[in-house]
Amino acid sequence: MGTHRSEQCRALTASEDGSDVTFSCSIGENIQLLVDRPDGTYCFRLHRDRVYYVSEKLLKGAASIPRDSLVALGTCFGKFTKTQKFRLSVTALDFLAPYAKYKVWVKPGSEQSFLYGNHVLKSGLGRITENTAQYQGVVVYSMADIPLGFGVAAKSTQDCRKVDPMAIVVFHQADVGEYVRSEDTLT
Amino acid sequence: MAAVRVEEVLAAAAQEQHRPRSVQVEKELELEFDLGNLLALDPNPPPAAALRGAGPRRESQLRALARDNAQLLAARLWELPAERADGAAGPLVARLPEPAFRLPREKPPPRPRPPTRWEQFARLKGIRRRKRTSLVWDEQAKEWRRRWGYRRAGGDPARAWLAEVPAGADPEEDQLAKLRRAKRERVARNELNRLRNLARAHRSAAAAPLHPTGHQSRQELGLVARVARVSTASLGRFQPRLPKEPAEPPSRDGGKKRRFGPLLGDLAAERGRQLELLRGMSSKKPALDITRAVNKQLREEDAEAAAAKGKKRAQRGKRGRRQQQRPGKRSGGGGKKGGAARRQQQRPAGGGGRRKKA
Repeated sequence: MGTHRSEQCRALTASEDGSDVTFSCSIGENIQLLVDRPDGTYCFRLHRDRVYYVSEKLLKGAASIPRDSLVALGTCFGKFTKTQKFRLSVTALDFLAPYAKYKVWVKPGSEQSFLYGNHVLKSGLGRITENTAQYQGVVVYSMADIPLGFGVAAKSTQDCRKVDPMAIVVFHQADVGEYVRSEDTLT
Repeated sequence: MAAVRVEEVLAAAAQEQHRPRSVQVEKELELEFDLGNLLALDPNPPPAAALRGAGPRRESQLRALARDNAQLLAARLWELPAERADGAAGPLVARLPEPAFRLPREKPPPRPRPPTRWEQFARLKGIRRRKRTSLVWDEQAKEWRRRWGYRRAGGDPARAWLAEVPAGADPEEDQLAKLRRAKRERVARNELNRLRNLARAHRSAAAAPLHPTGHQSRQELGLVARVARVSTASLGRFQPRLPKEPAEPPSRDGGKKRRFGPLLGDLAAERGRQLELLRGMSSKKPALDITRAVNKQLREEDAEAAAAKGKKRAQRGKRGRRQQQRPGKRSGGGGKKGGAARRQQQRPAGGGGRRKKA
């Protein structure tokens, strides 16, 4: 399983580690709590360009499955695109939402819109964490504090106040509606 | 108002049509002509407006300049000796003189091709090419016929209706068929040899770097020797080494270029490494890279030493340099002592760091 083939399941190299942890870090600094868990050893593994978060026990079991037959293991956190950029997936929401540093609350009216895959407009913005930088990774919540998905802040917090109602404030990245929309393609 | 303007415009256009356009062109300096290349060189400086930025005025100025120069070139061409191409009714054609400018080659000149097998043999034996006459006396037709080709001496071989059975041959054998077969074989053999010569020419061109030229560096020769050793049927496994050739060190990764961490390796260590990474990322101040810092320091010191040496040399000159050789050494040693202590501290780390970088 250590040989280099297009479908290998392997540990992340330092650069890959850096890029995907950086992305996750844009969510918040408490990400180390994911790695450093008291109830077991968890690690990240790369399989077919997707990054999975697996426990050690599960990893040992998956090691005995042939490489070509292995579809997925543990929880998929995201994938590396063709140009080696890391893209977070909605299946990581339950793990990353508690550790989110920068949050965006969306009004009830435009919740539906976000869940269908649209960006969040200023008119639908409820609250936003102070000191959010532009292009910062954020977790999108509903007004009832239910995590809806991931996004990237299109404007910093100060700019959000000044901009007109039809401007995009959060770019959509992943939302829980994908569980229904992309049921077949989610791993 | 509009109607008057229209009339004016029409009148001006009518006038324009009737006025003959001038073929006179005034230039300060004469143009240089190379009629063989249809070239006219204008040494006059261009009008100032033509050099400044884009605009309609610039366009019109350039157009006028082009027209004037073309007019002069055409005038010169008309002065050349002309004649009718195909008799009286053909077009008028000017005879151009030899071109004065030699234009450079578009592509590099072709490489001389290696000699063919026959050429090598001929050179070895000293055989020289004898020029053959193109015409041969044909006794039958009583005239000079060409050696081969259309209406050759000896008649058309395709229309040969008789082929004698030679003395010792099998009477049942078809002699004409034998002739045809022999010709086919000759043609095939020639073609084969031609292709072989061609392949040899291409092969030597590709393998040129593998032959010793006398101007190759040690690294190049080493590389070539390695390639030569591996170019055997067993890929160099049973190839004896030369007396002083060092043994090939076994490659660390067994032919693989990328290596990844083990799948189920030391997970605790992996955890430690990731936490370290996270800590580095979350901390605000930039981490100190020992390797880079040390290399930078060493580079600065080398640059200082080189600058000082260069300045001393420039000041003293040739004789002064020879005289100053010994004292220079001493002072250099003394100067180095202060730096050496500093260096020795960093050398082990710096050396290790440098090796890592390389």
